[in-house]
Amino acid sequence: MSLIETLARIEAAAAGRARPRCTVRHRHLSERPLVFVPLTTAGEAGAPLGALVGTDREKPALLAVPQPRDRDLRFAFLAELAETVLPYVDGFADAIEWEERKETDPETGKKVPVQVELCADAPQLIVPSAAGIEYVRLLGRSMRFRRTAEQEPEAPFPAPPHVPLLGRWLTHFGERARVPGAGLLLSMTGLLTRHWASGQSVLEDQHLGALLAWIDPPPGLSGREAAERAESARDAAGQLLCPPAGPATDPAFDNRLLAPAMARYDAGLPGAEDELRTLVEGQLRPTWDAVWQGIDLLRALPVGARVADRWKRDRWSYTAHRDRVRAGEPPQPKQDDAVTAAQKLSARESAQAQLDAQEALDDPLVMAGRRLAGEAFQGTVTDVEMAMSEGRRPMPRPLVTLRTADHPHLAEGAKLYRPLADGRTQPGEFVAHAAEEPGVLVVRLTGGMGRGKTPEPGSVPEPADVVCWTLFEHAPRGGPELPDPEDIPWTHGGPPPAPGDPPHAAPDPVTAEDFL
Amino acid sequence: MSYERALRKPHGNGSAAPKPDRRQRRIRDWAPRMSVPDARLPQVNVSRDSRPASAAPPGAPPMPTPSLRVGAPPSVSWGRLTELRGPGVRPRSLDARALAALAANPGCRRRALLDGAGIDKGALAQALGSPAAYGQSQFAIVRGNAFEARVKGDGGTELLRLLHERLAPGTPPPEPETVATPDLSAAGPEGRAARTALALREATAAGGWALLDHPMLAVEVAGSPAYVEPDAVVVHPDGSWTVVEIKSFPMIDGSADAAKVGAAARQAAVYVLALEPVAGHVGAHTGRAVQVRDRVLLVCPKDFSNLPTAAAVDVRKQLATTRRQLARLTRVEEIAATLPAETTFDLRLTDDGTATRPPEELAKAVETVDAAYAPECLAACELAFHCRKRSRQDGAVEALGRGVRGELGGLGTIEEVLAAAGPEGASGLGAADPDDPAVVALRRAAALRAEALAGTAVPPQRTKEAGCR
Repeated sequence: MSLIETLARIEAAAAGRARPRCTVRHRHLSERPLVFVPLTTAGEAGAPLGALVGTDREKPALLAVPQPRDRDLRFAFLAELAETVLPYVDGFADAIEWEERKETDPETGKKVPVQVELCADAPQLIVPSAAGIEYVRLLGRSMRFRRTAEQEPEAPFPAPPHVPLLGRWLTHFGERARVPGAGLLLSMTGLLTRHWASGQSVLEDQHLGALLAWIDPPPGLSGREAAERAESARDAAGQLLCPPAGPATDPAFDNRLLAPAMARYDAGLPGAEDELRTLVEGQLRPTWDAVWQGIDLLRALPVGARVADRWKRDRWSYTAHRDRVRAGEPPQPKQDDAVTAAQKLSARESAQAQLDAQEALDDPLVMAGRRLAGEAFQGTVTDVEMAMSEGRRPMPRPLVTLRTADHPHLAEGAKLYRPLADGRTQPGEFVAHAAEEPGVLVVRLTGGMGRGKTPEPGSVPEPADVVCWTLFEHAPRGGPELPDPEDIPWTHGGPPPAPGDPPHAAPDPVTAEDFL
Repeated sequence: MSYERALRKPHGNGSAAPKPDRRQRRIRDWAPRMSVPDARLPQVNVSRDSRPASAAPPGAPPMPTPSLRVGAPPSVSWGRLTELRGPGVRPRSLDARALAALAANPGCRRRALLDGAGIDKGALAQALGSPAAYGQSQFAIVRGNAFEARVKGDGGTELLRLLHERLAPGTPPPEPETVATPDLSAAGPEGRAARTALALREATAAGGWALLDHPMLAVEVAGSPAYVEPDAVVVHPDGSWTVVEIKSFPMIDGSADAAKVGAAARQAAVYVLALEPVAGHVGAHTGRAVQVRDRVLLVCPKDFSNLPTAAAVDVRKQLATTRRQLARLTRVEEIAATLPAETTFDLRLTDDGTATRPPEELAKAVETVDAAYAPECLAACELAFHCRKRSRQDGAVEALGRGVRGELGGLGTIEEVLAAAGPEGASGLGAADPDDPAVVALRRAAALRAEALAGTAVPPQRTKEAGCR
């Protein structure tokens, strides 16, 4: 936590209410997100207990497994989930735009522009917490290698249709959620902690009920009281008033309510299944409402200027996976090969750098944190001195003197960047601190002034202008490029096999241990 | 890099991603549900007299426990600790999980004393009005028991096969019928510990494979003995010993939740630590070089099945940490000596197990020992809610996270921080030293934050005055 965030938490603790960490919303929120609140059975991997899922806050679909150890019931749950989720996911596949992209022509080797499809919008899944994201990944893993009766008529325990497909989509969402700033799959606690600082620790913030209590406490209670109540208040029967956001359930619920109800179901008592469904819904509904409350809170924030740019990357990601599914490619492997892993890692690193830069540019409060860290500075221009570069064709290189209270970590010749009003970035470099006057420094503009001998109007700041320079790039590129396929070192598996060669490794088979 | 950014930043194959999950899980249900040993508790309680007092039927006749203290250093004043616990209250023994948690927060004198004196912190927290939400789902217990039974079934054939495959490849595999499985049952924990030591000696001298199911080991913690019970210990023909941990969280595609594996490794390190003195004795006795392996075998269900798979986990780091932290633990009697003479944590339980001691009186007694509360305690200590309440009442900045204090220099409370962050001279307290770098940074942070929230640019006036460097 940086000092400015610590301060925000301390302010929140003193005020008894969360304080803003941002002045704008930094994540895309879909008009029609799909909220998914899953519950799992304690001690079992991938044995769902129930879920509320849907796009309509008033009418969620309740899916419940009355006996999670029964494979048929689990399959029925997954089939029902696929029937609910897949139409939503597929609903974005056919509304497309055309985008121009440069591709290498295989014959000439030249880069030629081609028109490619880009889905106009993409699905967005919202789960309550980070554990929910992990659970989506787990569900994806448990389903994507299943075979349906159509694919393999002989195999025992065929999965219902669409279940493997849902597994592939959930895997894709889970994988995308690891890219910083991506929005296909989001957790509500992640969204809220990004935008508000509560008066409790990061660990306690993982409790959705407590976090919401700090941000939007019920009337008459301070955030702290409401959060403590959300965490631990129990009714006379020993049940939590605010059930955990899942996917794990409260042990007291399991032991005192769920287990007896399941025993009644196993005994075949009439009405036992309805009773179980009511119990599961009772645990899920408060979380469902909490997620929607969080969505309301987030929608009230103005959206950041560069959020649409990041959402477009999500749309690309969705379109690409849609194409892979349509092309009949096999499901994602259990483990990425070394090359894919390196690519993913590098993509995530550049996404992180880009997210950090974009959030700072969109939001003065985030920029304040960077200024405090010495990674940016803002000040008032006191003087502009025109100068020209040396060389065959002298270009304008004006020297801007500004006064700032920030303490940037500047070395001589350090590259600086300034956002212009039209969204472009103007490069510059640090020249020197003014002698005998603290807080005054000189910056040379090195570009963004047009091609003429005189700078374009508005491209050079004028005295009394307030300007903000950053030491970080605004559109950071990834690290060094990865080698071409034929140059892949043996550490990463070597060059790909030629068409005639045997493949490196067999695709993941379904093994006997793989049963759900 | 800030902590938050560090979390968002991808590290390798998602090593950063599971972290929030761990927090979430811990915060959510306070009790990690993955543990088989935990799951086994009720079953094990039946045959043991050193188990938590709370596990005994309420109002059970008090049992004198001199035998438990056999072999303890004579310097410990047991009478004093009995007084702290209350007359007739059976001491609660430490398990490996509690030891690992204690070692994770060695600065907490409260925990060291309460654990060292064998006080039931759960009941204490209940009586104080801040009960901990500990507990385990019976589904997890059933599944954990079934899995452990499966792993150890058939004379441990499957377990030894996995162990040989992971830890001793290239050596002749153990023949199922030649594996010794000594009977370790005895009366009382020290009896079982002695039986375990004997079995280890015999098995090592015999020079074959041996599987010890639930052996009992003694460790000295802060001057008082604690008994821990690994899932299994395997003796190799070369005389080395391996600790086996059986957990019911899945290992999917060869990898398991990093946080859970970490917890298992810390627990296993306690067992390795407890085995070392036994190994010393056995080595001296048999003349063989006995080595406790620092790679333990972690057995988990494979993927979504309940077939076992295993991985060798290197616990050298956890071993070093635990050893150092346990050595740092202030000795219990030293803490006890600093308490006012009449202090006791006796709950004055009635026959049906309700505490009759007034909570205020208890709270006062608890206050006589310092706690080192940090939010991490919530996942590891029954008393955490109580300590958190006090910490928040005092406005301690540690309640916001362990790392927070480091940035704030000498400022320990929220009040001080806000006073220091306020404009110069406005605080009226005069406590904030304007030359203190932490105060300077805070004031700057507060100004930047206020400016950004107000949506205004830096007014030129401020620029002159705030040139604090």
